[in-house]
Amino acid sequence: MNGIHDMGGMDGFGKVEAELNEPPFHESWEGRVLAMQRAMGYAGAWQIDHGRFAQEALPPQVYLASSYYRRWLLGMESNLLERGYVAPDEMAAGHALRPAKPLNRKLTTEVVQKGMARSSFYRQQQGPARFKPGDRVRTKNFHPQTHTRLPRYARGKPGMIELIHGCHAYPDSVAVGQGDNPQWLYTVVFDGRDIWGPDADRTLKISIDAFEPYLEPA
Amino acid sequence: MADHDHATDHGSELSETQLRVRALETILTEKGYVDPAALDAIVETYETKIGPRNGAIVVATAWTDPAFKQALLADATKAVAQLGHISRVGDHLVAVENTPQRHNMIVCTLCSCYPWEVLGLPPVWYKSAPYRSRAVKDPRGVLADFNVQLPKETEIRVWDSTAETRFLVLPMRPAGTEGWSKERLADLVTRDSMIGTGLPRKPGEIAQ
Repeated sequence: MNGIHDMGGMDGFGKVEAELNEPPFHESWEGRVLAMQRAMGYAGAWQIDHGRFAQEALPPQVYLASSYYRRWLLGMESNLLERGYVAPDEMAAGHALRPAKPLNRKLTTEVVQKGMARSSFYRQQQGPARFKPGDRVRTKNFHPQTHTRLPRYARGKPGMIELIHGCHAYPDSVAVGQGDNPQWLYTVVFDGRDIWGPDADRTLKISIDAFEPYLEPA
Repeated sequence: MADHDHATDHGSELSETQLRVRALETILTEKGYVDPAALDAIVETYETKIGPRNGAIVVATAWTDPAFKQALLADATKAVAQLGHISRVGDHLVAVENTPQRHNMIVCTLCSCYPWEVLGLPPVWYKSAPYRSRAVKDPRGVLADFNVQLPKETEIRVWDSTAETRFLVLPMRPAGTEGWSKERLADLVTRDSMIGTGLPRKPGEIAQ
């Protein structure tokens, strides 16, 4: 979706300001939010792209006004409600009011270190890769109302295949409940001027990781 | 932009958020979905065990061991796993090498993708609108915000982490470090130098 999250190339947000000796969490609730998200992910309640899509769907003014972990919280709440893990009256009461919807597994202290390892996104290939490194391609120009990982600034642009990363779960399908629909994943590199026009820094090259359905031969 | 600056958040938002998070943890615990002790362990791991020192050791090893460097650039996941002392990294780590001709910089314009296992949790600026919006369009301007100036003919390569691939920059080894041990070299490797918004410290910049 063409949401506020898709920020590449926007102007007006100002300087990048780094904080000296920044702690991992600024408030203790932030750590709890991160940990709950990890635990629910381990339990199989939803997948990472459901988490992303829920945040993208926040109204732009809410997205911009909320701190990073506040956005995680809002996204997690909507996934819990939408998938029936928590009901609105339970959310209002601050307590469970009825039995839980079953989950496949639970992140307990015994499995926590193993459970924190990042899962693999490799999937069984459904056919040969359409492109190889060095191939000229063009990204498609599409504007789905649902989740996609092709940023707006890189749509309809000529580029070159640089790396092949194997076959991966396809976020655009996963996020709308249509399964992994595995797709080949490539690093596609663009000349800065093809993205930002003739006045762009001539030394700039930008790459994205693009799933095969985002690309056509050029 | 109140992305991280709690001082500018409404006090009511903070306490409302705190209450809301506490209530959510209560519900999820009562439902049996989460174990508060496991949540404690996750928080503690990110606070004490996973941080940029992991990545710094990877970089220092690449600086001192040509075979490792070659393996790292060929398949970073496998190479880092072979180091042993870093917890298992996900399947999709890619290391990109800075050279006199090319400087690499990593961003996630769509959210906050970042190589947690080797760098820890991303800093607030990495997840903020100013960085996510400008890194792909004006990377030299962003570098100037970090007081980094590169020769004007150096290629700037920005990697937008739009899938599950995670990128680690292998910065150039500073001059004047011949014969240094891996541990000493690792002290020169800053987090930002592995994101590409900074350069490693010079030998004179650390306590001898």
